[in-house]
Amino acid sequence: MSGLDPTAQRRPARREEARNDLQLVADMVDHGARVLDLGCGDGALLSLLADTRSVDARGLELSQGGVNLCVARGLSVIQGDADTDLATYPDDAFDYVILSQTLQAVRRPKAVLENMLRIGRRAIVSFPNFGHWRVRLELGLRGRMPVTETLPISWHETPNIHFCTIRDFLDLAGDIGATIERGIVLDRHGRVMKEGAPARWNLFGQQAVFLLRR
Amino acid sequence: MPSREAETPTSLVVTFPADRPLALDSGGAIAPLTVAYQTYGTLNAEKSNAVLVCHALTGDQHVANIHPVTGKPGWWGAMVGPGRPIDTDRFFVVCSNVVGGCLGSTGPASLDPATGRVYGLDLPVVTIRDMVRAQAMLVDHLGIDTLFCVVGGSMGGMQVLQWAASYPERVFAAMPIATAARHSSQNIAFHEVGRQAVMADPDWRGGRYIDAGTRPEKGLGVARMAAHVTYLSDQALHAKFGRKLQDRAAPTFTFDADFQVESYLRYQGRSFVERFDANSYLYMTRAMDYFDLAADTGGQLAGAFRGTKTRFCVASFTSDWLFPTSESRAVVHALNAGGASVSFVEIETDKGHDAFLLDVPDLITTSRGFIAAAARARGLPDGAGAEA
Repeated sequence: MSGLDPTAQRRPARREEARNDLQLVADMVDHGARVLDLGCGDGALLSLLADTRSVDARGLELSQGGVNLCVARGLSVIQGDADTDLATYPDDAFDYVILSQTLQAVRRPKAVLENMLRIGRRAIVSFPNFGHWRVRLELGLRGRMPVTETLPISWHETPNIHFCTIRDFLDLAGDIGATIERGIVLDRHGRVMKEGAPARWNLFGQQAVFLLRR
Repeated sequence: MPSREAETPTSLVVTFPADRPLALDSGGAIAPLTVAYQTYGTLNAEKSNAVLVCHALTGDQHVANIHPVTGKPGWWGAMVGPGRPIDTDRFFVVCSNVVGGCLGSTGPASLDPATGRVYGLDLPVVTIRDMVRAQAMLVDHLGIDTLFCVVGGSMGGMQVLQWAASYPERVFAAMPIATAARHSSQNIAFHEVGRQAVMADPDWRGGRYIDAGTRPEKGLGVARMAAHVTYLSDQALHAKFGRKLQDRAAPTFTFDADFQVESYLRYQGRSFVERFDANSYLYMTRAMDYFDLAADTGGQLAGAFRGTKTRFCVASFTSDWLFPTSESRAVVHALNAGGASVSFVEIETDKGHDAFLLDVPDLITTSRGFIAAAARARGLPDGAGAEA
């Protein structure tokens, strides 16, 4: 998603940028892999992966409308909740488990992340960075939860309940013993930022995508 | 009359001779075995486009043709036919009357060759797995190795699950709809009410009513009335009938069918007994009661599907309280645990359990998408209008 939009829920944003976001995730996936996408929405990422990477694509989606769209387009998707339903998946069932723009909406991010790395050999997580300077400005100077053009939903209406910064996420990954294999952070213009500068990432990065392994 | 369709069905028929008995879960066998079936569409040269439709408790093989007894259209016209999700221009569709049924496959209303009179309760009790074994004999007879898809709702869905568990290599895709991997205690209880109603009718004659020239119409009608309520939902009944009175302005203070819903149920009971055999109703309900797929794998449902290559699409309906979504979810969890490719949709509708028989748009689009994707994976040529 473009813009600083922690409410991003696979809403079809301006098309190229949405595609860019999915493409970043897709680029981390090997050909022919077994993939589970948590919160797969209308199946845009799974379709992209199936079409361009020949993966065995599976999905889990909370909204019935999303599931119906996915199944109607021929994807293997089940209606379910990442917070409660991952326990039924066996260990090592997938090569990649993906959580794209959904981390901030789950009730127990840590448990979800742990489950992802149990049922998948690798996890890919993309999320909006709440440490971006514009968010800090909103909170720091105006003293309010950010509600702007790109953050249109008030704190009491948003489905997002667990915002985090890039630094927070890296701490959580460390807590559960995960290793970061790759990280890609985009600035507010959608440009890939230079690696090896976590403080800059955290201040100027809008979107982050991390590839983790156990 | 059911006894006539039971003996000389308006269907294709195959009879397996006595040296090819149907071995039953009860330890007994049925021989010879007759299977009555309907087909639609054409089997391709590779024999890779066959779809087996499994019918429900009171269904039969007349999926998509005029019913020989009622004169009404087939029971699944919404799903099966030219341009429908199970496209008869594209697939070879087979549906057989289950063993124990009353539309031409061997059942309690059939003649027992050993005695020369109808089986009645002398027919061994059959199970869902027995039904599926008989279907497998038919599929063999048709020269089909792997079914492209096995699909059905309710008791038909139980058969779909049993097919996938018993013959995983013969089922490319499976669509169990509004069903469960085991019959619940509440559902066994409902069935027992129905059976007791049949058996309490003096015209049932200990199951020998055909010999006696009687029919337990009252008992079977009551059984159907009670069961029919379980196929609907509170919302649907309320929307359709509310508390409206039948052809009268005020209550009569009698036990006539004052309410529309009473009149409707009485009609359902009456029309059912025209086409269904009472003993067959006992056998069908019993088969469902005994169904417990996990029992075969030490209580672990996942064991029934471990390593399966079959693609599944499980569907349930929000207002179905007979086979609630939790039952489908249990199947989905087991399939997940077994590593299966599975889709699951819970469809929003107020139509209750019967929704699987109706033209529910979300069910149609879901089925269309699943079947089209499976057909691509199977390498079947695209049908005209096959895409959603």
